[in-house]
Amino acid sequence: MKVVVCVREVPDTETYIKIDASQKNIVDANVTFVMNPYDEYAVEEALKLQESAGAETVAVCPGSARADDVLRSAVAMGVQSVIRVNVAEPIWDGLTTAKLLAGTLKEMDFDLLILGKEAIDDGTQQLGPMLGELLDLPCISLVTKLDVADGSVTAERESGEGVEVIEASTPCIITAQKGLNEPRYPSLRGKMAAKKAIIEVKEASVGNVQLEVTGMEYPPARGKATVVGEGVEAVPELVRLLREEAKAI
Amino acid sequence: MSAILVITEYKNGEIRKPSLEVLGEARRAANGSGAKVVALVIGSGIDGSGLGAYGADVVLTADHDALASYNPDFYKTVAVQAVKSQNADVELMAATDMGKDLASRIAAKLDAGLASDCLSLEIGDALTAKRPMYAGKAIATVAVKSAIKIATLRPNMFAVEGPDESKSAAVEALELPELTSKQTVKEVRSSSDAKMDLTEADVIVTGGRGMKDPANFVMLEELADLLGGVSGATRAAVDAGWCPQSDQVGQTGKTVSPNLYFMIGASGSIQHWAGMSNAKCIVAVNKDTAAPIMEKADYSIVGDLFEVVPAMIEEIKKIRG
Repeated sequence: MKVVVCVREVPDTETYIKIDASQKNIVDANVTFVMNPYDEYAVEEALKLQESAGAETVAVCPGSARADDVLRSAVAMGVQSVIRVNVAEPIWDGLTTAKLLAGTLKEMDFDLLILGKEAIDDGTQQLGPMLGELLDLPCISLVTKLDVADGSVTAERESGEGVEVIEASTPCIITAQKGLNEPRYPSLRGKMAAKKAIIEVKEASVGNVQLEVTGMEYPPARGKATVVGEGVEAVPELVRLLREEAKAI
Repeated sequence: MSAILVITEYKNGEIRKPSLEVLGEARRAANGSGAKVVALVIGSGIDGSGLGAYGADVVLTADHDALASYNPDFYKTVAVQAVKSQNADVELMAATDMGKDLASRIAAKLDAGLASDCLSLEIGDALTAKRPMYAGKAIATVAVKSAIKIATLRPNMFAVEGPDESKSAAVEALELPELTSKQTVKEVRSSSDAKMDLTEADVIVTGGRGMKDPANFVMLEELADLLGGVSGATRAAVDAGWCPQSDQVGQTGKTVSPNLYFMIGASGSIQHWAGMSNAKCIVAVNKDTAAPIMEKADYSIVGDLFEVVPAMIEEIKKIRG
């Protein structure tokens, strides 16, 4: 069994975001880039299959050489081999990213492709379902439980509608969310392996981009923060403000 | 623009509010352009004829037993057929879990650009939208230039139009293509209680670590009920096993945009802020004046939540008579 995980490089949630002079991008300097948090669930699920079923594990990440650190993190967690699909500039058109990765993934002959449900930079949840269409494979999104048998998977998908139990044959695509597992921390041995890991770089051409970022701004500033008071004595005034000033109740 | 196709979403036979919001936005975009608004109703035995009052010119029904619940392959096939049969050049959906999944598949099938989770929208030669990036720390303007343009709209950000009962829509049945799927839904366990999805709620009362015990969330539910809202939870409260994952707001949970958001006994980590920074009014109750949320909340009370929250419930009951 071969399990491929698609991981992505994103700014750490704690990072301060500064918009650059072009007002279309952020300033990368001083930003800490990390593995997308949802992808950690994907990596953990692949590693469980590596341990329980002897699966071969490969991580694929689109990005520039800077993204090599994310692939090294995957190796540190236990992934066997890593591939970077070379992309110089960030692409915000989900379909373009999906097409770019589909080219590499199509040749990998995997049984299971696992991705995080979304990348926290653009937060679109597009990549998994789009790859399903482009590769003509079943894609089960928002998975919180996965059982892999010979030639098929049973997954629990948790959405706003509740929980669905879904069956599909392999090869198939899964997008992972919180609840699927508890991602492990890298071991010392893993960290040593990560330093020595050989990162295979594949070139890919960016096709016809259909969505462009034409501007970027900070969210509107919130109004002033009012401390209404202390303890129960402040409650009538709070309720009055919510009714008369905020018109929220 | 010739036609805007709105794919609607139903729950227990009722249209979901985010779909009415999308229909309203489609109506506003179509007004004066000559484009028609087509509401696609996918399901089994659903009567969508009332959608005319909410802005639809045409209600297109895809009715089949197999469409009773969401199957991405069936729904995608139906939606693509609808786009083609109506010659639609814009396709809009609510950015719900289903909307995000389905729109991605339709975009790949039609080779169309997709703007997800939009906060505002303008449709001309291009579809231009504002959407959050970096967990809401930046707002991007995106332009979709493909022949067919697709967008999903964030719930609670767009106004519903109507209902105007003097308006009615022509109801047409979509000729169904062959339905095949690469996956089988074996079982659907709907959220057992009838709790509203947090992403649709106008008011959310969220509890954090300061709640100390799962039993104390009853108080938050009472406050939420009183205001027609629902209770939510921080990651800490979910990880402690006090609340289900479906209640979690923030990174690794839900992103919400309610009118009124209460943070009770929760510090307001940056990960939590990522999921609720778009709330129109934020109220915090915390005994720690140094908690990050106290600098950001529109209104805050410094104090013991176990005294303040019951007092809030009493005060609201009092003014409501």
